[in-house]
Amino acid sequence: MADVDTTKKSGTGDVAGARKAWEGNATESSRQRDAEFTSVSGEEVDLLYTPDDVADLDYLNDLGFPGEYPYTRGVRHNMYRGRLWTMRQFSGFGTPEDSNRRYKFLLEHGQTGLSVAFDLATIMGYDSDHERAEGEVGVCGVAIDSLRDMETLFDGIPLDKVSTSMTINAPAAVLLAMYICVGEKQGVDSKKLRGTIQNDLLKEYIAQKSWIFPPEPSMRIITDIMQYCATDVPQWNTISISGYHIREAGSTALQELAFTLADGFAYVEAGIAAGMDVDEFAPRLSFFFNSHMDFFEEVAKFRAARRIWATDMKEKYGAKDPRSWLMRFHTQTAGCSLTAQQPFNNVVRTALEALAAVMGGTQSLHTNSMDESLALPSEEAVHVALRTQQVIAHESGVPNVIDPLGGSYYVEALTNRMEEGCRDYFDKIEKLGGVIPAIEKGFFQRDIAKAAFRYQRAIEENRQVIVGVNEHVDEGEEIKIELLKIGADVAERQREVLAQVRTERDDAAVTKALAGLRAAAEGTDNLMPHFVQCSRVYATIGEMIGVLREVLPHPNG
Amino acid sequence: MPQRIRVLVAKPGLDGHDRGAKVVASALRDGGLEVIYTGLHQTPEMIVNAAVQEDVDVVAMSILSGAHMTMFPRVLELLKEKGADDVIVTGGGIIPDEDMEKLVGMGVDRLFGPGTDTRDIVTYIKEAVAQKRGA
Repeated sequence: MADVDTTKKSGTGDVAGARKAWEGNATESSRQRDAEFTSVSGEEVDLLYTPDDVADLDYLNDLGFPGEYPYTRGVRHNMYRGRLWTMRQFSGFGTPEDSNRRYKFLLEHGQTGLSVAFDLATIMGYDSDHERAEGEVGVCGVAIDSLRDMETLFDGIPLDKVSTSMTINAPAAVLLAMYICVGEKQGVDSKKLRGTIQNDLLKEYIAQKSWIFPPEPSMRIITDIMQYCATDVPQWNTISISGYHIREAGSTALQELAFTLADGFAYVEAGIAAGMDVDEFAPRLSFFFNSHMDFFEEVAKFRAARRIWATDMKEKYGAKDPRSWLMRFHTQTAGCSLTAQQPFNNVVRTALEALAAVMGGTQSLHTNSMDESLALPSEEAVHVALRTQQVIAHESGVPNVIDPLGGSYYVEALTNRMEEGCRDYFDKIEKLGGVIPAIEKGFFQRDIAKAAFRYQRAIEENRQVIVGVNEHVDEGEEIKIELLKIGADVAERQREVLAQVRTERDDAAVTKALAGLRAAAEGTDNLMPHFVQCSRVYATIGEMIGVLREVLPHPNG
Repeated sequence: MPQRIRVLVAKPGLDGHDRGAKVVASALRDGGLEVIYTGLHQTPEMIVNAAVQEDVDVVAMSILSGAHMTMFPRVLELLKEKGADDVIVTGGGIIPDEDMEKLVGMGVDRLFGPGTDTRDIVTYIKEAVAQKRGA
C-alpha cells in the first residue's frame, strides 16, 4: 500500500486539486451575476461545497443517529414516521368567547395543539379595567383577567386531550395556575396536563421587552415553577427558551442560536443553583425558534442547536438522563419576513420557511398567515396557513425520511460554522460575566439593534431583494384582502365580566389567598401553590401580580 | 445655519416591539436629525411631557400592538392642552389604511407602514419641518 496518496480522503480523490482545475476552466459564460451572494443573515457563502468543506466531520460523533446522542439528525428514532409534528397555530384575540370559537375552528380543521396569544394587558399583569390596559384589551391577543375567562377560553375543549402552549412570560405562573384550575373543574388531574408556558424572561430583556420584574426576582419565580411542575405537573414544559423574538427583533440566525442557547444554559445553572438535580428539570425545558427565509441557513441552525445542547448538557452540566440532552423545539415562521405589499406572496414565504423547519426536525410548528403584516389573521388567512403545513405533511414526501439534508456538504459545513460561531459568542458572554450581566450591559440589545439596522440598509440599498418591496413592486397597489377587525366593544364586554366576577366571588377567600401569596413572596416558600389557590377563588391576574409588584424589588410598568 | 430638527421617537402603550423604533431612530440620526428615544412602555402623558420639555419639532410614534386608535388621539389631545399643537405628529407600525386615514383626519401628519424606506421618512420630516418653520 506504499503508493497510497495520503492527501486523499477515502473515496473522494484529490478534491482540492480537481476543484482548482475546475475553477481554472471557468469561461466568460461562468461569470456571476452582479449580486451579493450572502445568506439572509449577511454571511458569505461559497459557490460550491465539496467533501473538503466537511473533511473533519466524524459521522458517529458529530451526527450519529436520530433519537441518539448528539441528536444532530433529530430527537426521535422514527421522527415523522412515528408522529407528524404538532400543528399549532398561535392564536388569540378579543374576548375569551372570540378566541374559544377560533380554537374550535382550528381543531375542526385538523390542528393538533393549541397555542394561546394573550393581549398586552395580560402579558404585563394588568386587569382589563386598569388604566394601563386602555386601548390594549383583546387587541393583539385574548384578554384574561380571572379563572372565569380561562374557563370560557377552554370551554368544550378537554384538557386531557389537547396540549396547550401559552405565550406568557412575566405572569406565566398565574396563567399556568389558572390552567390547572380549569383542569380541576373539568376533572383532569394536573399530572395529566400537557403543554408549555413560555416563561422565558431572559429573552424578554434581550428582545421582546415584556418584563415586569428584574432578572433576579424573575429567576426565583421561574425556579419555583420548575420545582412545582417537577412533582405536580410533570408533563408540562416549564420554559420555552425562545429565539423567535430575538430573531424578530432583528438578529441574525447565528445570534438567535447563540443567545437562545446561552439563555438555556443560564436557566440550567439557575436550576442547579436552586438546589435541583439537573435531570430533575432539564427534560422539561423546551425551545422555540424562528424559521426565516434562508432555507439552508435555517436547517443548519436547527441541527447545530440540537448538537450543542446535547454536548453541553452532557459534558458541561453532567446530565445523565438522555431526555436532558435532547432538544425539543417549536418553530414559528418569521413574521418579520412577511410584507404588507402583495400579501399573497407571504403564503409562499411561509411555505418555504415551514419546509425548512420540517427539514430541521421541529416538534411543532406555527405557520404565519399572509395578512400578519397588516393585522391579526383572519379566519381565511389562518386556514391557508394551516393547510400549508398539511400540504407539506401529506403531499411533499419530505416527512418520509429523517434529516434529508444530512450529509449535504453545504448543510454540514453550515452546521459546523453555526456551532463555531455560537461557541465564539459563548466566550464573549462569559467574558462579560454571563447572561444577566451581559443583559445589564446592553450587549445583546446593541448587537441585535446593529444587525437590524444593517438588514434594513441592505434592503434600502437593494443588496437584499424583497419581492414586492424593493423589486417587482406593483405601483399604486391597493390591498384587497379582508382583514380581521377587533370589535370596539371587546374592552367593555371584558370589563363587565370582570366586574361580575368581583361581585360574585368569596371576598374573604380572595383576601386570605392573596395574603398567603404575599407571605410566600416576602419569604422563600414556593409561590406556585399560592397562585393556584388565588386562581381557584377567582383572584384576578392584576391582584396577584399586584401583590408581587408591591413585594418584589423594582417592578416595571 | 438653521436650528437642527429635533425628533422624539416614542413607544406608547405596553408593546415591546422596538425594532422599528430603533431602526428609524438610527436612520434619522444618520440623516442628520437630532433624536430622543423615549424607551418602552410610555403613556401618552409621558410622551407629551417629554415632547414639551425637549422642545421637539416632531413626535414619531411606533405602534404595532393595535392600540393606535387610542394612543395617537390622546397624544394629539394632550399636545393641544399643553399648547404644543405645533409639534408634528407622525408614526408607523401595523396600522390598517382606513385607520391611517381616520388618524390623519384627526391631525396626525403622516403615517408609515411596513416596507417603508427609512430615507423617505428622513426626507418627509425635513420637508414637513421646513414647511412649518417657513410658515
